[in-house]
Amino acid sequence: MKYSGLVWKNLRRNRRRTILTAISVAVALFLFVALQSVLTALAAAGNVGSESRLVTRSATGITFPLPQSYFQRLGGTEGVKGVSWGDWFGGIYIDQRNFFAQFAIDAERYLAMYPEIQVPEDQKKAFLAERASAIVGRGLMNRFGWNLGQTVVLKGTVYPGDWEITIRAVYTPGTKSFPDNVMYLRYDYVYERSNHAAEPGWYILKLDDPASAAALASRIDGLFKNSSSPTKTETEKAFQAGFVTMWGNIGFLVRAIGIAVFFAILLVAANTMMMAARERIGELAVLKALGYPNWLVSSFVLVESLVITLSGGVVGIVLARLALSRTGGPLAQFFPGFSVTTGTVMTGLGIATVLGVVSGIVPAWQAARLSVVTALRQVA
Amino acid sequence: MALVEVRSVSKSFQRDTQKITVFEGVDLDVAEGEFLALMGPSGSGKSTMLNLLAGLDQPTSGTICVGGDEITQMSPKRLTAWRARHIGFVFQFYNLLPVLTAFENVELPLLLTRLSKAERREHVATALEVVGLTDRGSHYPRQLSGGQEQRVGIARAIVSDPTMILADEPTGDLDAKSADEILNLLQRLNTEFKKTIIMVTHDAKASERAQAVMHLEKGVFVR
Ligand SMILES: Nc1ncnc2c1ncn2[C@@H]1O[C@H](COP(=O)(O)OP(=O)(O)OP(=O)(O)O)[C@@H](O)[C@H]1O
Ligand SMILES: [Mg+2]
Repeated sequence: MKYSGLVWKNLRRNRRRTILTAISVAVALFLFVALQSVLTALAAAGNVGSESRLVTRSATGITFPLPQSYFQRLGGTEGVKGVSWGDWFGGIYIDQRNFFAQFAIDAERYLAMYPEIQVPEDQKKAFLAERASAIVGRGLMNRFGWNLGQTVVLKGTVYPGDWEITIRAVYTPGTKSFPDNVMYLRYDYVYERSNHAAEPGWYILKLDDPASAAALASRIDGLFKNSSSPTKTETEKAFQAGFVTMWGNIGFLVRAIGIAVFFAILLVAANTMMMAARERIGELAVLKALGYPNWLVSSFVLVESLVITLSGGVVGIVLARLALSRTGGPLAQFFPGFSVTTGTVMTGLGIATVLGVVSGIVPAWQAARLSVVTALRQVA
Repeated sequence: MALVEVRSVSKSFQRDTQKITVFEGVDLDVAEGEFLALMGPSGSGKSTMLNLLAGLDQPTSGTICVGGDEITQMSPKRLTAWRARHIGFVFQFYNLLPVLTAFENVELPLLLTRLSKAERREHVATALEVVGLTDRGSHYPRQLSGGQEQRVGIARAIVSDPTMILADEPTGDLDAKSADEILNLLQRLNTEFKKTIIMVTHDAKASERAQAVMHLEKGVFVR
């Protein structure tokens, strides 16, 4: 500790260079934490769905509906314990930018199949009793500052018109990975007001035995193979993962950018330490002449490097955490359970440490090897 | 027995393919409490000898004993620790650390000891008092004159009370008046504090202050 004054004064010697280097490390770590959090959220999003529910959708594409009549046939299939359905409503709340997911659901059966949608009993009753009503996720309520009982107007896109919907229930997700920002409308209401134009977007099946999911899925798709609306059935998890694979390539890109940034910053930090050590060769030699052992002289260099990268790193990580925290962050709207995890923070600190060691190790080693006689001759 | 015993020491440098022999089979005795001036033409090997005595460099052959310790046998690590304990070095260009105050510069050798902060402060204050810079402790080297800087350099050399003080042209970069002050100081350290001092100098006037003068010529010392 008695040497800390010396390290500190050396850091302040070229204050602008020290600060600029620390800032570049901060920027790099900010980027790392943000990108890593997106990747973590992507991985989590692929895990959202349940293995014990199957999703049957149109084989033609995710935006094509399925006939209402499939309800009976799916329900009659052996191994299926329950059937329900949902549809994409796609309304706009005031402005396009306020995007959030709205599902029109076959209310009672759907809720029974989703224990993750946790609603107080009285609110659930109110929702089931009133057609133009909705269940809204806690996160969405907070986002728009809505209150229970409030009526909001959605501008229909799939189903035209202004839809006045009263919020009768608020749900909290039963698991961390389940989204808290969905609005569930009543399918029967949408069906009625659209003059029976609505059709189920997908069916949800509950299984007797999750282990039989794969066999059952292919049996169901076989059932509709030659109809005018062939189906594609998969576990809910696979269904969600299908959405996510689209993001998979982005994950690769994000990682590649991250690595490029890392090496760019490594060069900056390493260059700083090289310069700092080189312009001080004479002083390091003097310390050695005074009897400072090699390890001590080189640890001055190494500690200095670590102080720069770690202070920059901590600033970057803290700022990223503040900017991306669950409530305030824009990314939380797209990824359920989006947050900066402790693992990400620890990895970030690890990277800052590695940056410090790697950029300081060569000048530190040179300082240890430095011949006092030669160095002092050069100075004089 | 002399404090310093140099026995048939040779030193040569390898420069590319060329071997430069600075001296061969040199003997030198320095008694405890002596103030010795080393003189000789440029390139004769005065600095090289001083570096050998300080354990900063090793001879090609021969032995050097200081206070009974054979420093030519020590490992680099032990030699470093030995130097911290026994040698106070004064440089021609002062070699103070510019980011540290005079006080902190003088304190540097003491950081290697087990002294407490209060004890260190006391020793530094004493050293600064000896060189007459008590009121300059908080000044940075750039705020001091050359003579004052060299006095800080001397305070740094004596603060840990080393066995001997080695000075390589301590007045080489100073005007006559400042040089005189430095020589007075070294002389006082020798007479008053009984310090053993070996000083390299070009200046005949400087060498007059020493008790003994050795001339290094063509690789041999002559009294
Ligand atoms: N590290 C080294 N590598 C190669 N040659 C060296 C080295 N150190 C010293 N020499 C050579 O050894 C000789 C003696 O050098 P030294 O510095 O000891 O001379 P000096 O007597 O101190 O001279 P000056 O009065 O100019 O300071 C010179 O010829 C010098 O070039
Ligand atoms: Mg010399």
